[in-house]
Amino acid sequence: MSGPSSYEPGTAIERWLDARLPIIRFSVDLMDFPTPKNLNYWWTFGGILAFCLASQIVTGVILAMHFDPTGAGAFLSIEHIMRDVNYGWLIRYIHADGAFLFFLAVYIHMFRGLYYGSFKAPREVLWLIGCLIYLAMMATAFFGYVLRWGQMSFWGAKVITSLFGAIPFVGPSITTWLLGGFAVDSPTLNRFFSLHYLLPFVIAALVVLHIWALHVPGNSNPVGVNVKGKSDTVPFHPYYTVKDGFAIVLFMILMAVFVFYQPEAMMGADNNIPANPIVTPPHIVPEWYLLPYYAILRAIPNKLMGVMAMGGAIACIFALPWLDRTKVRSMRYRPQARIYFFFFCAACVILGFCGAHEVDDKVINGLAPITFLDADLNSYVWVSRLGALYYFAYFLVILPIVLPMTETPLPVPESISTPVLSHPAAAPAGAPAAPEKKG
Amino acid sequence: MADSVAGAASDHDGPADPSRRDFIHIAAIAAAAGGVAAVAWPLVDQMNPSADTLALSSIEYDVSKVALGQEVTLLWRKQPLFVRHRTPKEIAEAVNVDISTLRDPQTDADRVKAGKSEWLIVVGVCTHLGCTPAFGEGPYGGYLCHCHGSVYDTSGRIRAGPAPKNLAVPDYTFLTDTHIKVG
Repeated sequence: MSGPSSYEPGTAIERWLDARLPIIRFSVDLMDFPTPKNLNYWWTFGGILAFCLASQIVTGVILAMHFDPTGAGAFLSIEHIMRDVNYGWLIRYIHADGAFLFFLAVYIHMFRGLYYGSFKAPREVLWLIGCLIYLAMMATAFFGYVLRWGQMSFWGAKVITSLFGAIPFVGPSITTWLLGGFAVDSPTLNRFFSLHYLLPFVIAALVVLHIWALHVPGNSNPVGVNVKGKSDTVPFHPYYTVKDGFAIVLFMILMAVFVFYQPEAMMGADNNIPANPIVTPPHIVPEWYLLPYYAILRAIPNKLMGVMAMGGAIACIFALPWLDRTKVRSMRYRPQARIYFFFFCAACVILGFCGAHEVDDKVINGLAPITFLDADLNSYVWVSRLGALYYFAYFLVILPIVLPMTETPLPVPESISTPVLSHPAAAPAGAPAAPEKKG
Repeated sequence: MADSVAGAASDHDGPADPSRRDFIHIAAIAAAAGGVAAVAWPLVDQMNPSADTLALSSIEYDVSKVALGQEVTLLWRKQPLFVRHRTPKEIAEAVNVDISTLRDPQTDADRVKAGKSEWLIVVGVCTHLGCTPAFGEGPYGGYLCHCHGSVYDTSGRIRAGPAPKNLAVPDYTFLTDTHIKVG
């Protein structure tokens, strides 16, 4: 997609096809794509995610052949898949466990982008498309979770669709429109099934755009300086096909551990109870990958404000390229930003932890309550609030205002090759430690 | 005659009279927009409740089956409906509230039928995020929603927690002294 093509059709048939549909040329150029030679294993998650999407689509299409998208039949048809369909248990567990591993991989991919500044110019559109993929993934995962039609599916659907009820004036009408009734019921399940089947293909189309937008400026890299010339790159194949392939195999081992040994580790036990519209489970929690947002939602004792804060938390990720304007991309050369970044990671984990607990639960048991404003300081409400405060402060204050004023980035290397060559391990015995600095 | 026809033709095409061409553009775009909207509406409206869903919208119930101090949960429009037989103490608690202190101010009399104040009939859907509140729990003896801690009093009014509104009172009538029709 950039640079001159290296493809030369060898046979008459290839020449004939190349003049009509240069698909072989396209594929060869894609494999030959010049890629920075210093990409580390954090960069393999793009390939891992492609594997996740493909495996979810293949297993999902198969599951749809056996699934009955009606209120009366959905739960039983999944039991049928688990007990009666040949290898149904395997395919369903790969799909269900693959879903949360997909999110694990996407979060690592996103935090890699945060740390190494992969969202910065000229890769803003690449980042925005990635954010859209993330949104579509959350929607797809939510729809898929509802299809199980257990207690958590049902009440999760109810809570999420009720969020739209917070919109002033039109909220209740939108909720009814989404549900196709006055409450979550068979019409809701059926349309969620339709959308759950559709959205992965939307994601696949977005992935094509994501890769296209990647191939215009090329990959970012751990050093964060631009590729200066051919000496800074290697062809994608075989160097990164092999590296990504190795990472994908490791990822498949992790997947196999869950599928074969702990298939229900991440599934709520309540979801093995069929949906019951009269009984709310004692403790409703979303899947772990949505818990930080859930904690932000509950931290604010006002429905509309809580929903807006949750939306704002996602909006911050979209706006990131315009919030962090520091020219130095990689946090390897940003000593202060790096510290704030690790606190940000911790805040996300703490928020997730809070989302899994009831708001009134004590953080430390046995302490006397210390009431501040409306809640006990020792309850998860206040931990959520502090976590949410840091989350927003990181995006809206620390990155755009505090760091540009206080931080002096370290000198960045002239090129990708410089730090590689100056590394002690790269020097032959007896050679000066930094030969390029002598001249 | 030929001259005037030629002149008219140049008026249609050329820059001499651009307004006619603009009119055609605007008219064509407006017609296309109207057409798109007309086609889009059925595609959007099909998501709204269908006729058979709407047909399920009313139920009847004999409230005398509910003992004093107890509550029955019915299913109405696929949602829980609470029919609560309140004790005189619970009624007194609900009436003796300064409604100016409430988040969603409503008197108890507005939430029950005149002369039938022992019967509280509300939709059992928490106005926060739609969970079913638990009967008799919470500091006001009404309901407590376990999902996010919303507290309702014995009139189903929101008293604490994140929910913005009182539990909804459905449209219902007493057909006889003990027989109600909801919806």
